[in-house]
Amino acid sequence: MTKTWNNKAWFFVLPVLALVAFNALIPLMTVVNYSVQESFGGNVFFFEGTKWYSQVLNSERFRAALGRQLIFTFTILAIEVPLGVLIALCMPRRGVWVSVCLVLMALPLLIPWNVVGAIWNIFALPDLGLLGRVLNGIGFDYNFTRQAGDAWFTLIVMDVWHWTSLVVLLAYAGLISIPDAYYQAAKIDGASRWAVFRHIQLPKMKRVLTIAILLRFMDSFMIYTEPFVLTGGGPGNSTTVLSIDLVKIALGQFDLGQAAAMSIIYFLIVLVFSWVFYTVMMRNEGEGQS
Amino acid sequence: MARIDLSAIRHSYMPRPSVEADYALKQVDHSFLDGGAYALLGPSGCGKTTLLNIISGLLHPSEGRLLFDGRDVTDLTTQERNIAQVFQFPVVYDTMTVYENLAFPLRNRGVPRDEIDRQVRETLALTDLAAVAQRRARGLTADLKQKIALGRGLVRSDVNAILFDEPLTVIDPHMKWQLRSELRKLHRRFGFTMVYVTHDQTEALTFADTVVVMYEGEIVQIGTPDELFERPAHTFVGYFIGSPGMNLLPVEVEGVQARFGAHAIALPGAVRDVKGPAELGVRPEYVRLGAAGLPAQVRRVEDLGRRKVVWLLVEGQELAAVLGEDEGLPTEPRVTFAPEGINLYVASRRRALEAAA
Amino acid sequence: MSSGIGETQGQAVPARSGRRRPQHQRHSLTWLVPTLYILFLMLPIYWLLNMSFKPTNEILGSFSLYPQNFTLDNYRRIFTDPVWYWGYINSLTYVVMNMLLSVCVALPAAYAFSRYRFLGDKHLFFWLLTNRMAPPAIFALPFIQLYSSVGLFDTHIAVALAHCLFNIPLAVWILEGFMSGVPKEVDETAYIDGYSFPRFFTKIFMPLIASGIGVTAFFCFMFSWVELLLAKSLTSVGARPIASVMTRTSSISGYELGMLAAAGVLTIIPGALVIYFVRNYIARGFALGRV
Repeated sequence: MTKTWNNKAWFFVLPVLALVAFNALIPLMTVVNYSVQESFGGNVFFFEGTKWYSQVLNSERFRAALGRQLIFTFTILAIEVPLGVLIALCMPRRGVWVSVCLVLMALPLLIPWNVVGAIWNIFALPDLGLLGRVLNGIGFDYNFTRQAGDAWFTLIVMDVWHWTSLVVLLAYAGLISIPDAYYQAAKIDGASRWAVFRHIQLPKMKRVLTIAILLRFMDSFMIYTEPFVLTGGGPGNSTTVLSIDLVKIALGQFDLGQAAAMSIIYFLIVLVFSWVFYTVMMRNEGEGQS
Repeated sequence: MARIDLSAIRHSYMPRPSVEADYALKQVDHSFLDGGAYALLGPSGCGKTTLLNIISGLLHPSEGRLLFDGRDVTDLTTQERNIAQVFQFPVVYDTMTVYENLAFPLRNRGVPRDEIDRQVRETLALTDLAAVAQRRARGLTADLKQKIALGRGLVRSDVNAILFDEPLTVIDPHMKWQLRSELRKLHRRFGFTMVYVTHDQTEALTFADTVVVMYEGEIVQIGTPDELFERPAHTFVGYFIGSPGMNLLPVEVEGVQARFGAHAIALPGAVRDVKGPAELGVRPEYVRLGAAGLPAQVRRVEDLGRRKVVWLLVEGQELAAVLGEDEGLPTEPRVTFAPEGINLYVASRRRALEAAA
Repeated sequence: MSSGIGETQGQAVPARSGRRRPQHQRHSLTWLVPTLYILFLMLPIYWLLNMSFKPTNEILGSFSLYPQNFTLDNYRRIFTDPVWYWGYINSLTYVVMNMLLSVCVALPAAYAFSRYRFLGDKHLFFWLLTNRMAPPAIFALPFIQLYSSVGLFDTHIAVALAHCLFNIPLAVWILEGFMSGVPKEVDETAYIDGYSFPRFFTKIFMPLIASGIGVTAFFCFMFSWVELLLAKSLTSVGARPIASVMTRTSSISGYELGMLAAAGVLTIIPGALVIYFVRNYIARGFALGRV
């Protein structure tokens, strides 16, 4: 669609701008402010420049948390995206089962995040939970509150449980928008199942999959509540991802300057990654219109 | 290329059809001769697309057999039947170049690489697509995309038939004419069997040698464009073809006369065992206005440039007449029908009139 | 891609009837994949239900796949304790407030983005999206200070406003998609017919994107309902959300496990109801209006 140039359109955006700015800019300024100062209780602050930043960037603890965060994010993306696409491909296209599938699949998306953590806590408890009992019953020594590997396993399975449906729903929405004529033409051209996927379904899902990856990336990078409830970041620090570490520093140690500097760095990382995804996505859309 | 025989084909979209109305295709027996250009003409929902999809194998008919050159192909897959189909909306593989689009059906069939290249180049030249061969298909206009879809059919030199499902729906009017004449040219040159589905009578009449008119799941007439116009076999054909469609007057047949209200209209011949209610069909082109005949009132006149359509009221019945642009309109017009243009219909079917003995 | 395929689309679907040829039957096991997935989704929820109907001594004393001594005590305790049910009321209050607020301010903004080009529009759009990316953990502390300083701490409106941070960008994004699907000629025809902008927008345009508004509201509900970090930080007693009340009980000790499970079940119900009502729009809604 060709859009007309009209700067009065700004008036339409003003309410949004005011609300989001109130919520985003003021707190962001506060954080920036903290991140360059040292406080000794009370209201005494000293300007410290980039001290906190270099301290955070050089700290082993931050790097370890960032590393864990990246491993977590890329693991769940590597599982959820292909799995979600596979499930969407296998879903029925018509009939009563569509609604049944969609409603049941969407259910985990609408469960409060701490409840998700609680559900998995109950489900995975080594002595009382179904998962824990079954795993121990078939010979695994499973205990997610004591063994780091088990904690990671539970965390990732929980996230797959919680969020794969989002990918499924987005991919499914892309799939059902493909007219039947494409499948018929492919049959006539003698295309294999793989060729249909590669040349018809995947190109049509590209946009929604970009959205899915973007959303999953952003959300998994700021995951806090679920691991906090499930493992509390433990055992030890084994599942302490960025958000959990941040809150530990800010509220646990009340180390405001360091926490603020870490927030800014953290935010910038998300921003850069997302910007790359965003530009790729926009370029794809531009191609479609040319 | 092949001759296609449809033998007692019936199809229903319901799992257990019981009454006649459950069938989208009621009963079709027809042969498409090798190398013929056929149009399947009919309104939306008449079953023409269903029939096309049965020929291509996208649908399996509920009943009946389908033969290609005498060989039963009813249970063969689309791919095994080796036909090409062009759809209403251009289907191209967005991520591929035009060249790759044309090569796709050949690659899927495991044709050797240099053979693919030769055939694709040939087809590109044939369809005037050589200039855009290396462009991505997604950015092209609708008519170019439709040419690509056609090219994917032409590239397989051994296809049994090329099927078209309203292929010009999304094409700009001036390009429609051009594409259609290119198609005619290709057909004359290579002589493949073509079946062309459309609801546009102009498209059907200009494209095909033989037009198959379908109505409510049945073939109601098969004929040349001339036959459809002069001797519609079914009142629907009379109504659907021609602009405006055929006039239909409710009459009572009495020997060689048809009684229309208080008036008697002489029939050009007698009909055997027809008595009582029937319909008289006269194309507006055969309605004459003059000083003698049935008294008529003029309701309105549409000037279409080279000709005029006069809408009349005769005995409370609306009637259209076509006049040349120079023909005058009598002040108190009376209506007669040219004998060669009179058709008689009983229960919607045409009854032959025998020359009066 | 236009979608008005009409006849062709309706008819050409290979019906899933028993008469299909053998080549199609290799797909017949595909139903297994979604079924197994749904089974995987339902197992933990079943376990939660199972726990919620067990008395505490059964939870701790034995392991069984279904409640041996079925009890509703856990639910009874929740419904008789005002802290619990006020938690529900609080949650629903700020979720609905946020939903209305987000949709109302996002509507004109999305219209501007979908119809006009203006100075800095692309940057503004991206900046809005960045707020969707901001980890709530970063903002928790400054939010407490900000809302305390304007005297809104521990009120519903504070949570509703705070959730706008990520819901408004999302609402603008989704609505913009749906609005771009409405041809511009619709606007122009309305102006020619003498409609003023507000009348056109409410009488003609909004009904056209009604499903888009529904989907947006659904997403706002979803993200506001499931978020806990900000909701918990910005409230203490007066507007405490249900999810926060739950954390009070979420000790891993097991003493309150039954009640925790019952509370969990109760927090799933509003979401399940909402999904049930929008079930027919889910698939289309997730396409965000244009694909």
